[in-house]
Amino acid sequence: MKVGVYICHCGVNISSTVNIDNVVETIKNVANVAVCKDYQYMCSDPGQEMIKSDIATHGLDRIVVAACSPRMHEPTFRAAVSDAGLNPYCLEMANIREQCSWVHEDKERATEKAISLVKSAVAKASLLEPLESTKIPVTHNALVIGGGIAGIQSALDIANSGYKVYLVEREPSIGGHMAKFDKTFPTLDCAACILTPKMVDVARHPNIELLTYSEVERIDGSVGSFHVTVRERPRYVDMEACTGCGQCASACRLAGRIPSDFDYGLAKRSAIYVPFPQAVPLKYTIDPDRCLMITRGKCGKSPSCVEACDRGAIDFEQAERFHEFDVGAVVVATGYNEFQAKQRPEFGYDRFENVLTGLELERYFSPNGPTGGKLFINGKVPRSVVFVSCVGSRDKRVGNAYCSRVCCMYIAKQAHLIKEKLPDTDVTVMYTDMRAFGKGYEEFYERVQKEGVHYRRGNAAEVYEEDGRLHVRAEDTLLGEPYEVEADLVVLGAGLRPPSSADGIASMLHLSRSSDKFFLEAHPKLRPVDTVIDGVFLAGCAQGPKDIPDSVAQACGAASHVVNLLSKDYIDAEPIIAIVNEDGCVGCRTCEQLCPYEAHAFDEKRGVMTINKALCKGCGSCAAACPSGSISMNHFRNDQIVAQLLEVL
Amino acid sequence: MEKQQWTPKIVGFLCNWCCYAGADMAGTSRMKYPPNIRIIRVMCSSRINAEMILKAFQTGADAVFIGGCHPGDCHYVDGNYRTKKRIDVLKRLLSHMGIDERRLRLEWVSAAEGEKFSQTMQSLTDEIEQMGPNPLHLTGGETYER
Ligand SMILES: Cc1cc2nc3c(=O)[nH]c(=O)nc-3n(C[C@H](O)[C@H](O)[C@H](O)COP(=O)(O)OP(=O)(O)OC[C@H]3O[C@@H](n4cnc5c(N)ncnc54)[C@H](O)[C@@H]3O)c2cc1C
Ligand code: FES
Repeated sequence: MKVGVYICHCGVNISSTVNIDNVVETIKNVANVAVCKDYQYMCSDPGQEMIKSDIATHGLDRIVVAACSPRMHEPTFRAAVSDAGLNPYCLEMANIREQCSWVHEDKERATEKAISLVKSAVAKASLLEPLESTKIPVTHNALVIGGGIAGIQSALDIANSGYKVYLVEREPSIGGHMAKFDKTFPTLDCAACILTPKMVDVARHPNIELLTYSEVERIDGSVGSFHVTVRERPRYVDMEACTGCGQCASACRLAGRIPSDFDYGLAKRSAIYVPFPQAVPLKYTIDPDRCLMITRGKCGKSPSCVEACDRGAIDFEQAERFHEFDVGAVVVATGYNEFQAKQRPEFGYDRFENVLTGLELERYFSPNGPTGGKLFINGKVPRSVVFVSCVGSRDKRVGNAYCSRVCCMYIAKQAHLIKEKLPDTDVTVMYTDMRAFGKGYEEFYERVQKEGVHYRRGNAAEVYEEDGRLHVRAEDTLLGEPYEVEADLVVLGAGLRPPSSADGIASMLHLSRSSDKFFLEAHPKLRPVDTVIDGVFLAGCAQGPKDIPDSVAQACGAASHVVNLLSKDYIDAEPIIAIVNEDGCVGCRTCEQLCPYEAHAFDEKRGVMTINKALCKGCGSCAAACPSGSISMNHFRNDQIVAQLLEVL
Repeated sequence: MEKQQWTPKIVGFLCNWCCYAGADMAGTSRMKYPPNIRIIRVMCSSRINAEMILKAFQTGADAVFIGGCHPGDCHYVDGNYRTKKRIDVLKRLLSHMGIDERRLRLEWVSAAEGEKFSQTMQSLTDEIEQMGPNPLHLTGGETYER
């Protein structure tokens, strides 16, 4: 066995803490080591070339690279080794950067640790076996979960590249939060003018199958072939027959009496409804919690919607439907929820009707909102408006340490819109720090200040009512003095939270989440749209708070990764799976119950267990449990692990 | 050698998806901790069995650390539940063998919890330093059958 060992300096990232010369000198004398070299950047071209040419000249058969985390560059070095004609699994890495030089200060002890990690890698490398990967066929379809701007953009990009997309949206219409806005910062484009054409494109696209009012129920399988089950709730309206004319809604006995969820209860609708006039698909839905026919089994003599619909589209017998299909890749674009303002009781959101959240105020600006776009709030035109920033953001008391990234700017936008509509209204913004980081944002903020909006640094402490008016108590942290402002309207700049549905999606797809509970990307800088699960990508606010331009950019990125994957007919599956040694297997079937993927099947005739290569994911749980030690876990065999262990002790 | 200056030898078996990534995160964020830990990467914490852990104690480990994903987050659905069961049983066995069960520590560390990883390494090292060397200290040498 000839092992080549390569120690990386990583510039000074490793070499400033670990004495590389010492490591090289020690490792040279370790059994099986034929070559030991060091280099500034092993991952660079010359670094990789060095390994490749040594494999040829010295006839090396195993390679150890001591550098950064294998989670970073194992694929790079596997490719290099394979270029040189060696099996890619004949490589082992020692993590002497993330788990050594970056976390230790004592140079002597860090060097000692690096040496033992490299020895341990050499010991494992000496026992490594070449492995052959199996080819998995790729299903050339994609699933996009969530039909906000991010999901819409990803779906369109993938569909335009010629692949079929299933777009699943929980609500009756796609559009997400953007559909609720009138104008968007910082350019003040009309949200509907830029969003609705995309929504229509989705509906018309021959490659997109749109499943609204639906949720993903189950996902099995893995990259290249996920099997998906979607549950579509009954609308009690035949989608084919409904033309979206709206006769039913006007006729409904409860017309104008049911709070509209889309308007956060600020407007009223019928029991049969479309959330907003530009909804896609423009098909009516019966609210099962409100409709008299559904809740009581009786609506007058006969339901008036049925009478009003000349297409006969109303169908109270409709049941939920299940759709099953296969896809090669998944984009998660489930967006966000607004922070629940009642978690900050001092701002009186629950007590005062003139305390609104940012999203609620958005609806007042909208021409299809509760007041048709007029700033007429609870019957009055506000003469003094106070914005309170960072409600539920940068606030550890409510468990959200992060900045929601859009509130400073949506407050600036809303302050501008108020000034535009009501120039004589006083507008005060109580801010913590102003974060206007995007393109054109600082300029927009300046413009809003020039329009006469008062910005006062320091957050609000309390909102209370006296003589029928709201008062906001705050401290000006620049002047260092407390002050109060009277207001007709208080707007809470509520932050962004992961949607409640994130839990279900996370467990279905085995996705990790960061401490803020948004989905975790595979690498914070280099793989911002990937997840650690192959074939699953992230777009938009599902990954963390962001504005529309960033959501769209990330959605395009996710789509390009999906297309990249779908353009292949086969992908290589890691051969790191469990293997049964049939001679040793006594047929006790202990392993069978442990496998979460049902990869084990008992061969009754021969009395031995078998493992399905395509189903095994390589956790090694069965190998650990096998009482006769007859299951061997490729690349993580007992003897390999123990060899590593003996070297570090 | 021990007599000169003893410092705990700790072996860590970390699952690739959460705890190993959390340890990487500690590195990326430059969160310092004592260099006693030697990490061995496995795909899932459930890959580790009793023999490996006992082997570590027999060959001189003063502590063994097992790091997996938080309940519900295991990359392989429920591997970490099996790990928990195995470790609980093994802790009892260790006590019978005269090894303080605190020498075997199981923690759930997510890929984002660099800080938790670094704090855990600090507290584990401190705790073992207080306890002193593993009483079962034999030097191994026998090889392990595949
Ligand atoms: C008050 C306010 C004003 C704002 N104004 C602006 C602005 O002017 N300019 C700007 O750039 N940004 C603005 N933003 C930010 C903007 O809302 C987001 O950047 C954008 O909406 C993110 O899009 P998204 O698709 O990621 O998420 P979302 O818009 O939240 O869409 C997610 C979609 O996924 C669906 N979904 C969720 N879970 C599931 C599930 N399990 N199954 C199926 N479907 C699911 C949801 O129903 C929703 O349709 C504002 C934010 C707020 C709070
Ligand atoms: S993958 Fe982390 S414990 Fe199973």
